[in-house]
Amino acid sequence: MSEMTYRDALNLALKEEMRHDPSVVVLGEDVALYEGAFKVTRGLLSEFGEERVKDTPISENTIIGVSVGAAMGGLRPVAELMTVNFALLAMDQIVNHMAKIRSMFGGQTCLPMTIRMPGGGGSQLGAQHSQSLETYFMHCPGMYVLYPATPADAKGLLKSAIRNNNPVIFLEHELLYNSKGEVPDDPEFLVPIGKADVKRAGEQVTIVAYARMTILALQVADELASSGISCEVVDLRSLTPLDDETILTSVRKTGRAVVVEECWRTCGLGAEIASRIHEQCFDILKAPVKRVSGLDVPMPYSRKIEKLCIPQVETITQAVMDVMSDNY
Amino acid sequence: MEAQLRKVAPDQELLKFYDQMFISREFEERCAEQYTKGHITGFLHLYSGQEAVAVGATAGLHRDDYILSAYREHAQAIVRGAEPRRVMAELFGKATGLCKGKGGSMHLFAPDLNFMGGYAIVGGQFPISVGLAFAARYRGEDRVAACFFGDGAVNQGTFHESLNWAQLWQLPVLFICENNFYGIGTEVHRSSALASIHKRTCGYDIPSEKVDGMDVIAVYRAVKYAAEKVRETGRPYFIEATTFRFRGHSMADPGKYRSAAENDMWKARDPLPNYANRLIVEGIATRAALDDIEARCRTTVDEAVTFAEESPWPEDREIWEDIYV
Repeated sequence: MSEMTYRDALNLALKEEMRHDPSVVVLGEDVALYEGAFKVTRGLLSEFGEERVKDTPISENTIIGVSVGAAMGGLRPVAELMTVNFALLAMDQIVNHMAKIRSMFGGQTCLPMTIRMPGGGGSQLGAQHSQSLETYFMHCPGMYVLYPATPADAKGLLKSAIRNNNPVIFLEHELLYNSKGEVPDDPEFLVPIGKADVKRAGEQVTIVAYARMTILALQVADELASSGISCEVVDLRSLTPLDDETILTSVRKTGRAVVVEECWRTCGLGAEIASRIHEQCFDILKAPVKRVSGLDVPMPYSRKIEKLCIPQVETITQAVMDVMSDNY
Repeated sequence: MEAQLRKVAPDQELLKFYDQMFISREFEERCAEQYTKGHITGFLHLYSGQEAVAVGATAGLHRDDYILSAYREHAQAIVRGAEPRRVMAELFGKATGLCKGKGGSMHLFAPDLNFMGGYAIVGGQFPISVGLAFAARYRGEDRVAACFFGDGAVNQGTFHESLNWAQLWQLPVLFICENNFYGIGTEVHRSSALASIHKRTCGYDIPSEKVDGMDVIAVYRAVKYAAEKVRETGRPYFIEATTFRFRGHSMADPGKYRSAAENDMWKARDPLPNYANRLIVEGIATRAALDDIEARCRTTVDEAVTFAEESPWPEDREIWEDIYV
């Protein structure tokens, strides 16, 4: 084990996979010479050269289209979109092409490609740079969607994504890049796609979360433990495919669930997960599933009010107290 | 132009051009018939009139070169070598179709033939072609990616992004614009500020050429030259082939936006009878020999329709297959 940041864990995953497989190429805006807007691609150009680490024009739709073509032609591209917000410029290639090609061509090809995208709010970047669009990708079949919370999962999941023969949307939370954690040293350490992780075992309430929301949920669970409330924290890690089994097993044990999502509430992944829990566990639920969500507003800039738009420790704590309450 | 065919290609090749153009036409006309019978459903965009482009261009490429196209791509797939019966079965939505009945008319795909797909979002194939060219160069493969598209696609962002990218990265992409002058019902000068499409590449310093897309020999020579240039320089090249579709945009379009005079002018330039005439005049084929070719093509298409009719539908469980590896 080594302690490292989420950023360095991602960087190490990229380096290891590029060493492991010469068909892995990295492309994106400012990923080579500048080493990435968030420095996740630091050192790649010097180690792997300009044929494998490619700066691209600011043409997001074409970054993805070129990756699709490269994947079809035998490479294993890892594209970086500078932030998830810019993925909206590439939605045609992501949704209409990448996610469809294998199916509409009758399974005659596959697209082993990964799109990395930093995302999430909380840095006072304003409405156009603070979005959490995970649900947009989850809605579309034909690709996987991953979103790690810890450095170890970041490394193990990114390596799995790169080795996987399906297209993978790989989200990274901008506020987690500097977070630290223990990461296994084994270059064959992989985190399986489609497996949620019980990050903390508990008895009375299941908190389902992902990415930065998992970190907040763990903090809530810590604090509530001292008040005698035992929370189990399920970290989704894979948003597509969703690990129903782990979620439902936990809820069957605790009988209560709070789903925490950074994205907008309406049609968010919280609604999907709450619905699945209600469909599968209605009989044993001690309280209706509660959602803690990003507010349905374009993100304001000012830090005083931006905070109110994103789930916080206090709002998650309140939601747990609500589902524990006899009156809820 | 007369008496030059033998300087361009051997007789056998010249006759193959006619064969391929004829089967393309015959295939499309039978598709129209099968559509009116309700055997083919959904969108159906026919290629009749544009055959010289697919045939001439494909002949000018190597077999290892990639071909990508839009949604009017039956002829490109067949000329590249896809079995007409499997293409017809695909249009019928049958399990024996080229893509197991999951793609349909607009999404043919045959990777064993390096036919890398029909794409139905206008301009979607541009960046994918660039990516295939990048992969080919990266892997040290001698391949050109030939990207076919219509005049309507040149106003998409992906057109400009991909031209810029192909030149910037010096990739072997051959852009082939089939300018049939109409994007559905909008004539090219009503959608493009510069209607002379091949001139648009100057902003990216990509050499370009305009060619008569009703003349299979002209297209063949232009594409052969262009593909060799791409191979030689490792850089993109651009061809605009002017042509005309004799039918509407799709089966749903009666084509009322074009005048009878315009249609007649282009009908007189029909690539099939004109080329047949040249073959006869230059002594490469007799009328009887061409009749034989035509009869064989008709039989092939008849068999394709029968095969499609008799083929099984996809199993219900196929819904969940082929999405993830």
